[in-house]
Amino acid sequence: MNEIKTVDARGLSCPQPAMLTRQAIQKLDNGTLEVLVDSGTARENVSRLAKNAGWAVTMEEQPEGSCRIVLKK
Amino acid sequence: MSSISRFLTSRWGPIITGIVVGILAPVLVKLGNPGNMGVCVVCFNRDIAGALGLHRAGVVQYIRPEIIGFVLGALIAALIFREFKPRTGSAPLVRFLLGMFATFGALVFLGCPWRAYLRLAGGDWNAIFGILGLIAGIGLGIAFLRSGYSLGRSRPAPKAVGWVMPFIMLTLFALLIAAPQFGRDAGGNPIGPIFFSTTGPGSQHAPLLIALFVGVFIGFLAQRSRFCTVGAVRDAILLRDSRLLYGVLALLVAAFVTNLILGQFNPGFEKQPVAHVNGWWNFGGMALAGLAFTLAGGCPGRQLFLAGEGDADSGLFVIGMIVGAGFAHNYSMASSPAGPGAFGPSAVIAGMIVCVVLGFTMRESKG
Repeated sequence: MNEIKTVDARGLSCPQPAMLTRQAIQKLDNGTLEVLVDSGTARENVSRLAKNAGWAVTMEEQPEGSCRIVLKK
Repeated sequence: MSSISRFLTSRWGPIITGIVVGILAPVLVKLGNPGNMGVCVVCFNRDIAGALGLHRAGVVQYIRPEIIGFVLGALIAALIFREFKPRTGSAPLVRFLLGMFATFGALVFLGCPWRAYLRLAGGDWNAIFGILGLIAGIGLGIAFLRSGYSLGRSRPAPKAVGWVMPFIMLTLFALLIAAPQFGRDAGGNPIGPIFFSTTGPGSQHAPLLIALFVGVFIGFLAQRSRFCTVGAVRDAILLRDSRLLYGVLALLVAAFVTNLILGQFNPGFEKQPVAHVNGWWNFGGMALAGLAFTLAGGCPGRQLFLAGEGDADSGLFVIGMIVGAGFAHNYSMASSPAGPGAFGPSAVIAGMIVCVVLGFTMRESKG
C-alpha cells in the first residue's frame, strides 16, 4: 500500500502553502496528495492551484479548525 | 450574504476590490486627502506616528481614519464569515523589524505599493521607478522563498490576542475624536499628547466619517478577496497565478479614469504632490520595501487586514511600521519633495543588508 504524501502548511504565511503544494504536485506528477491548511486564504490558493494543474480536489474540515485538502490525479 | 462572499473569494474578488479602491481613493483626494494619497498605508501610519508624538515633523501628523477602518472592516468580515482566528508565534520580532525596514524604504520613495500605483494613475511618472524597484525587491524575496526562506509557523492563540489590534484601533479612534480637546501652550506650541498638523499633508484630510467608512468598506472587501498589492506581483511570478494581479490592474485603470473625470490627472515628473524626482532612490527605496513586504508575506494593507482577522504577527508588523515611521522622521531618513533625506540612502542600504541576511538565515526550525 502506498503511503499518502502530506504537505503540512498549517500556520505558514503566504505564499508558502501554495508554493509547497506546487512543488509537491510537480514532483508527484500523479497519485494522491494530502495538504493541511488552517486559513481560508491558504485553502483557496491551494485548491485553485491544484485545479488549474488538473488535480481533483476534495476538502474535509477538521475538528480543531484546520482543513484537510485531498488532491488526486 | 454567502453568495456575496463566494463572489469575492472568486477570481472577481480582487478585481472588484481594485475597482472600489481605484474609484474611492481619488474621491478621497477630491474630498481633502493629499494629492495621489487617497490611500497610502505607509504614509498614513507615518501620520499616526506623528500624531502620537513619535516624531515631530509638524507637517505629517494626523490619526488617519482609513487605517482604523481597514482593520475594523476586516474584523467585521472575519467575524461574519468565521475567519476570526487569533494566532501568533511566527517570528514576531523579525516581523517587527521587517515592518520598520519596509517603512524606511517606502518613505524614501514617499509611498507604499498602494500609493505607488495611485501615483502612477495620477500621472506621476516618478512612480515608474518606484514600481520597478518594488518588482525588483519582490523578485529578490521570491528567490529567498524558493531557497527555503520561512518565518516559521504561527499557532492558534487565546481570543484576547486577536482582539489587541482592533482595540488599539478603537483607542486611536477615541484619540482622533478627543484630539481637538488637547491644547497648546501660551506661545501656541502644541503640547500633545496628540499632535495634528495645521499645514502640509497632515492637515489635508477628507471628512472623518467618510474616510472611516471608506476604510471599513475596503477592509471588508479586501478581507474576503485577499487583495494584496505585493502578492499580486509575487504570485504572478512565483505561482503563475494572476488572480491578485488583475486586482492591481483594475485599481490602476479605475484610478486613472476617476482621476481624469475629477481633473486630477497631471502627467509629468516635476511638481508632483508629495513626491521627489530622484529616480535612483525612488527605485532603491521601493526595492527595500518590496523585499521586506515579500519576506513578511504581504503588502502593508494586507498586514492590516490580517491583523483584523486576529493575526497578531501581522499586528506587530503594523506596530513596526508606526515605530519605523517615527525613526524615519527623527533621523532624517524620510524623503521630502526636495529629495531623499540626509540618511535615507544609508537607511536603504542598511535595510537591504538586514533583509538579505534574514533571507539567507530564516528557515523553519524542525522538531
